[in-house]
Amino acid sequence: MRIKALLIGATIFAAQKLLRLGLLLIAVAVFTFVLLSLSPIDPVKAYIGADMMQISPEQQALIAERWGLDQPIWSRFLDWLGQLLQGNMGTSLVFNQPVSQVIALRFQASLQMLAIAWFLSGLLGLGLGIIAGALQGRWIDRLIRLYAYTLASSPTFWVALLLLIVFAVSFKVAPICCAAPPGVLSGNVTFWQHLHHLLLPAVALSIIGIANITLHTRQKLIDVLHSDYVLFAQAQGESLWNIIRYHGFRNILLPAITLQFASLSELFGGSVLVEQVFAYPGLGEATVQAALRSDIPLLVGIVFFSALFVYTGNTLADLAYPLIDPRIQLGGQRSL
Amino acid sequence: MILMTLIANAPNRSPKGSPNGSPKSSPKSSLKAWRQNNRRQQTITAIAIGSIFLLGIIVSPWFLGESGLTTVLTDRNQPPSWAHLFGTDWLGRDMLRRSLHGLSLSLRVGLLAASISAVIGTGLGLAAGTFGGWVDAVIIWIVDVFFSLPHLVLLILIAFAVGGGTQGVIIAVALTHWTSLARVIRAEVLQLSNADYVQLSRHLGKPSLWIARHHMVPHIVPQLLVGLILLFPHAILHEAALSFVGIGLSPHLPAIGIILAESMRHLSTGYWWLGVMPGVLLLISVKAFDWLGENVRSLLDPKTSQE
Repeated sequence: MRIKALLIGATIFAAQKLLRLGLLLIAVAVFTFVLLSLSPIDPVKAYIGADMMQISPEQQALIAERWGLDQPIWSRFLDWLGQLLQGNMGTSLVFNQPVSQVIALRFQASLQMLAIAWFLSGLLGLGLGIIAGALQGRWIDRLIRLYAYTLASSPTFWVALLLLIVFAVSFKVAPICCAAPPGVLSGNVTFWQHLHHLLLPAVALSIIGIANITLHTRQKLIDVLHSDYVLFAQAQGESLWNIIRYHGFRNILLPAITLQFASLSELFGGSVLVEQVFAYPGLGEATVQAALRSDIPLLVGIVFFSALFVYTGNTLADLAYPLIDPRIQLGGQRSL
Repeated sequence: MILMTLIANAPNRSPKGSPNGSPKSSPKSSLKAWRQNNRRQQTITAIAIGSIFLLGIIVSPWFLGESGLTTVLTDRNQPPSWAHLFGTDWLGRDMLRRSLHGLSLSLRVGLLAASISAVIGTGLGLAAGTFGGWVDAVIIWIVDVFFSLPHLVLLILIAFAVGGGTQGVIIAVALTHWTSLARVIRAEVLQLSNADYVQLSRHLGKPSLWIARHHMVPHIVPQLLVGLILLFPHAILHEAALSFVGIGLSPHLPAIGIILAESMRHLSTGYWWLGVMPGVLLLISVKAFDWLGENVRSLLDPKTSQE
C-alpha cells in the first residue's frame, strides 16, 4: 500500500517535472530566437568575419538563401526547433566542431571545478553558519558575519584575482593559469598536476558561494534556538551542542540544501568569471569566447545547457527533501 | 502544559543572560539609552555620509580633471606611497585618479541601468498585483524563466544580441535586474489589497484612486526606494563583470572593469596594486550602497521607523 502510494507520487513528480522542463526549454528557445533575430548583428557578416572584402554580395545572398534567412521568422523558428529536437545544435564557428561536442568536452573540465567548489562552499558555509548561529552575538559571530557580508558584496572576479596574486604570484604555490602545465600534452597530464591546476579556481569559486549559505544557516539556527522545543530541551539540561545536534541539525539542513542546489545558477555564472581570470579552459571560458567572437550556435547551445543545469539542480533539491524530512513526499502531498 | 507556560513566561529566555538587562544606573546604560533615543538621528547621519561618499565618487572626475592621467614615464610602476595612494601604472598614471574616473563611469552606467530596471520591475509588479488573473500568471512565468538561467549567461546573451558596447551593458543590466523587485512589489500589493483597512475603506465607498493614494502608496514607495538602492550594487557589479570579460564597455573607456582586466596583464610581474587597489575602491562603494539601502529601509519602513 505504502509502496504503491510512493510509486504514484514518484510518477506524478516525474511527469510534472518533465512537463515543466519542456515548457521552460520552449520558453528559452523562443526568447533566445526572438532576441537574436532582433539583434543588429548580421549572421552572414558574423560568419564571414574578416574575409568580408573577398566575398561578393551575390555570394553573401547565396549564403543567406542557403541558411534560409529569406524565410519568414516563424518558419525559420520551426526549422531551427526541428533541428534542435533531433539533437542538432549546429557547428561552433570558433572551435569548428559540433556544438554538443564542444559543450560536452568543456563541461567535463568545468564539472570537476564546480563539484569541488560546490562541496567546499556547502560544508564550510554550513559549518560557519552553525558556529555563528550558536554563538550569536559573540565576537566569532561578528567576525563570521563581517566576512560573509563583505564577500557577498565583493566582485567574483576580483576575489579570484586576489587569490591569484597571493598564491600564484607572491607565494608561488599555485600555477598562474590554464588546466595543465605549459608544453605538456593533455594526455600526459598526471592526476596531481591536474588537481594542482584545479584547486585555486575551485577555492575561488567556493569562497563566493559561502556567504549566502552561512547567513541563511545562521538565521535559521537562531530561529530554531528560540523555539519552544529547544526551550524545553534546555529546561531538561541539554547542552547547547547536543541541542544543535539533535534538534537543530535536521531543521537547518533542509533550507541549506535547497539553497545549495539553487546556488548552482550562481555557481555557473561565477565559473564564467573565475575561468576567465585563471584562463581555465572550461565551459565558462567558452561562453565568453562565443560571445566575443560571435559564435551564435555555441552561445545558444550554452544558454540551453545552462538552463538544463539549473533545472537539474532544482530537481535534485526537490528529490532531497523527502530524504531529510519524512513529512514531505514526492508528488506534492504533505502528510503531517 | 503549566510548565510550558511557566517557562515561556519566564523573563530570561536565553540562558546566556538577557540582552536588554535590568536598568542599572551605570554610565554604560545611560550611553545605551542615549543611543536608542537617537537611533533616528544616527540613521539619518549614516544616510548622509553614505550619500556624500557615493556622490563624491560620481562627481570626482569633474573636480580632478585630466591631471594625473598623463603619461609620466619617470614615475612608472610605483607601489602605493603618500604621493600616489594607489600607486602608478605602467605609463606612470596615478591609479587613484584612474580608479575614481573608472568607478564614476561604472557607477553612472550602473545607476542608469538599475533605474530603468526599477521602472520595469515596478510596472510589472503593480500590473501583476492589481490585475491578477492571467496577467499575473504570465508575469510570474516570465520571472520564473528569467530565474531559470544563470544571471551572467543571460547578461552575456543579451549584451551580445543587442550589439555589445555601453549600450549593450545598459540594456542587458536593465532587462535582467527587475525580477526580484517585481516580486516584492507584487507581494506588497497583494498583501495590501487584502488588508483589513483597505477592505474597510472599500466598503466605506472610497474611490479606488483615493485608496491607492492614501493606503497603497505610503507602503509601496518605501519598498520601491529601498529596492532601487539595493539594486544599484548588483547592477554595478554586473556591469564591472561584463566589462571585465570584455563584452561590456569599450576597452578605451576607463571603466573599473576595464582597469581590473588590464591589471591581469601585469599580474605576473608583481605589480599587485594595479588589481588590488581599484577592487578595494569598488568593494567599498558597493558596501556603501548596501549600507545606504539598509539605513533608508529602517528609516522609511513603517515597522521600524518608530524605533
